[in-house]
Amino acid sequence: MIRVELPQHLRTLARVSGEVTVEVNGQATLGSVLDALEQAYPMLRGTIRDHGTLQRRAFLRFFVCAEDWSHEAPGKPLPDEITSGKEPFLIVGAIAGG
Amino acid sequence: MSKVRVLVGTKKGAFILSSDGKREKWDVSGPHFAGWEIYHMKGSPVDPNRIYTSQTSGWFGQIIQRSDDGGKTWHQPGSPTEQAPAPGGGPASGVSNKFVYDTSEQSGKPLTTHQWYDGTQHPWEFKRVWHLEPSLTDPNTVYAGIEDAALFRSNDGGQAWHELPGLRGSDTGPRWQPGAGGMCLHSIVLDPSNPKRMFIAISAAGAFRTDDGGKSWKPINQGLRSQYIPDPNAEVGHCVHHIAMHPKRPGVLFMQKHWDVMRSDDAGDNWHEISGNLPTDFGFVIDVHVHEPETIYVVPIKSDSEHFPLEGKLRVYRSRTGGNEWEPLTKGLPQSDCYVNVLRDAMAVDSLDSCGVYFGTTGGQVYASADAGDNWAPIVRDLPAVLSVEVQTLP
Repeated sequence: MIRVELPQHLRTLARVSGEVTVEVNGQATLGSVLDALEQAYPMLRGTIRDHGTLQRRAFLRFFVCAEDWSHEAPGKPLPDEITSGKEPFLIVGAIAGG
Repeated sequence: MSKVRVLVGTKKGAFILSSDGKREKWDVSGPHFAGWEIYHMKGSPVDPNRIYTSQTSGWFGQIIQRSDDGGKTWHQPGSPTEQAPAPGGGPASGVSNKFVYDTSEQSGKPLTTHQWYDGTQHPWEFKRVWHLEPSLTDPNTVYAGIEDAALFRSNDGGQAWHELPGLRGSDTGPRWQPGAGGMCLHSIVLDPSNPKRMFIAISAAGAFRTDDGGKSWKPINQGLRSQYIPDPNAEVGHCVHHIAMHPKRPGVLFMQKHWDVMRSDDAGDNWHEISGNLPTDFGFVIDVHVHEPETIYVVPIKSDSEHFPLEGKLRVYRSRTGGNEWEPLTKGLPQSDCYVNVLRDAMAVDSLDSCGVYFGTTGGQVYASADAGDNWAPIVRDLPAVLSVEVQTLP
């Protein structure tokens, strides 16, 4: 079970109020957790990654255990802290205000 | 007694303003989709409870929302509220925000670049939906005008979208260039007398017409003159701000261009200027009285570098002669220290016996006139900046 923390607007779209959890079959990677998230919450497709290219949208960032994973390869395995559910995978807006 | 429902898109959410036919007391619902930019909302003429909404964000991109109960509840077409996720990891839905340009060989000429501000070629990139135009006959069919400019259609209630590639693939596509607000397809006008004909307009490419249901398109900019482009009489490159048509006289079109108010009496083949005695002919909105095809409305804006009314006076101008002779309408509108703008999709008319006229401002006011513009009053005056206004007349 992987915990995912979404920005408020995406929580609204997904009709959830707090963290969400997803299951990943096989090795959990940056890409596979996003795949699982979009599978569970298809209304989020296109809001985190581009529909066609699957590139991260420019004003979003990914954080893993306080490290910026925004530019990591989709196939990079997530650490145990994330895959065990000890720490959440963070999706955050790249601009804090405005 | 008839009712009206005014659909207001703003920079920070959607609002629905409802009243009876007197249009004196209003109920305000919203914000819907709080915090998101709502570029446009429009109801189906066939089923007024079916409303389509374009919800956008610089962070999260494009969302399409749909209501089937007149705006009480909303869902993303194809989202789990109407279709549960496939068990076991099958293909999920939720693609109503998927706008992918047609680059297939079958469509004729795959087109990947247009002219950038500096004259170089630039890739076509989807940014947002500016305008949603529901079909006049089928509530499940709706057109979307997008930035970078292209026309899309959905035949399943907004769930799946497909480009009508003949427009972008016309010979002029590589010469289209963005205006200051982006290269947006902002006007879609359907001809009620001819289902094969529609008109669209793009900033800053110009106006186009199809006579074969969207397969092929023709630039209809003859007579437009734009001093700010190298060839003022070019086939394309004109910054058309909005187009309006009276449904009972579909061959007559009115246009608010960047500068100049224009008219065509032959479905866009030729245009002539009708700015007449307007104090300035720059502006964004233009609309037509629902019962009087020769009565038109504009809101003059000072200039392209000063987007606010002349002298701080918010004035709607009405022509009862199809242009050239204009009268200012000021009763109930601020006549001092007013420096708001009225954006291109932010004016609409209802179809009650006494025609109602509505417009919204970047200052968050939505003004209504229940007597064709003679008298105005704000319905609301402190909304976020208004991007679009549409009105539905309900039985």
